[in-house]
Amino acid sequence: MAETATHTDHAADHGHHSSTGLSNNKLAMWLFLGSECLLFGGLISTYMLYRGRVQDGPHPSQIYDIPFTSVSSFVLLMSSLTMVLAVTSAQRDDDARTNLWLTITALLGATFVGGQVYEFTTFYREGLGFTTSLFSSSFYSLTGFHGVHVSVGVIMLLSTMGIIKRNKITGNKSEVVELVGLYWHFVDIVWIVIFTLIYLIPS
Amino acid sequence: MSTETQSQSHDHGMSDAGYIKIALILAAITALEVSTYYVDFGPLFMPSLMIMMVVKFVMVVSYFMHLKFDSKIFSFLFYTGLGLALFVYIVALATFKFFIA
Repeated sequence: MAETATHTDHAADHGHHSSTGLSNNKLAMWLFLGSECLLFGGLISTYMLYRGRVQDGPHPSQIYDIPFTSVSSFVLLMSSLTMVLAVTSAQRDDDARTNLWLTITALLGATFVGGQVYEFTTFYREGLGFTTSLFSSSFYSLTGFHGVHVSVGVIMLLSTMGIIKRNKITGNKSEVVELVGLYWHFVDIVWIVIFTLIYLIPS
Repeated sequence: MSTETQSQSHDHGMSDAGYIKIALILAAITALEVSTYYVDFGPLFMPSLMIMMVVKFVMVVSYFMHLKFDSKIFSFLFYTGLGLALFVYIVALATFKFFIA
């Protein structure tokens, strides 16, 4: 009986595990990320098809600010480093450092989103509205969807910090941070593709 | 617990110093990518950009997302979705004669 109770506690402490011995939460997150590839694949393909379709308004090469976007890309890339440092801190049960790295990651993510808002505002003032051309619609849809994902990631980071501070995590704390980290790294790898295919390769 | 012990890898993955090295390599590749916008790489422009993009992608997935150290089932789930997306959208782009244009 005591052995059964210990086993149950152990399972609860490490999340719910499937018959494979792997965490169901991690399996679900990886499955979700795999399906997200299809979403962004569709948006990127649509942009690739329509990037040259400009009858009205500015062309991509006329409005893209490569130095600015490069800095944004660097900021998002470094947020992946701070996120993985948060995960290793969580695995060490070091709550103070976990929260510190999560805070820095959230700030870097917010900086990236702020940069995207600035970029969109600048483009709009230069005459590139959402319905100006097929290029503009596909561009705003793709980068907007990515921006929403980063914003959701920032909310997830802040929520994780909140529940760690209040000690409200019932299961494995490091796994919760790792799951948020997986989502965060995913938005980073999507941006790696977007930065190359959309910004660096001319239409 | 000593600092040295704290910086060791845990359940899986690398030490903090290892992750910083990976981040520095990623930053260097990004700088090289941006340089292609200013320096004429000639016929190597497109292949070099694509290779750098794939290398960055794989490095983040393998090391930061721990896929290199985790169960192969996770790799299967993710790369199946990615492979399916690549297949479907390459076919879709080919249908619209994207590669010929």
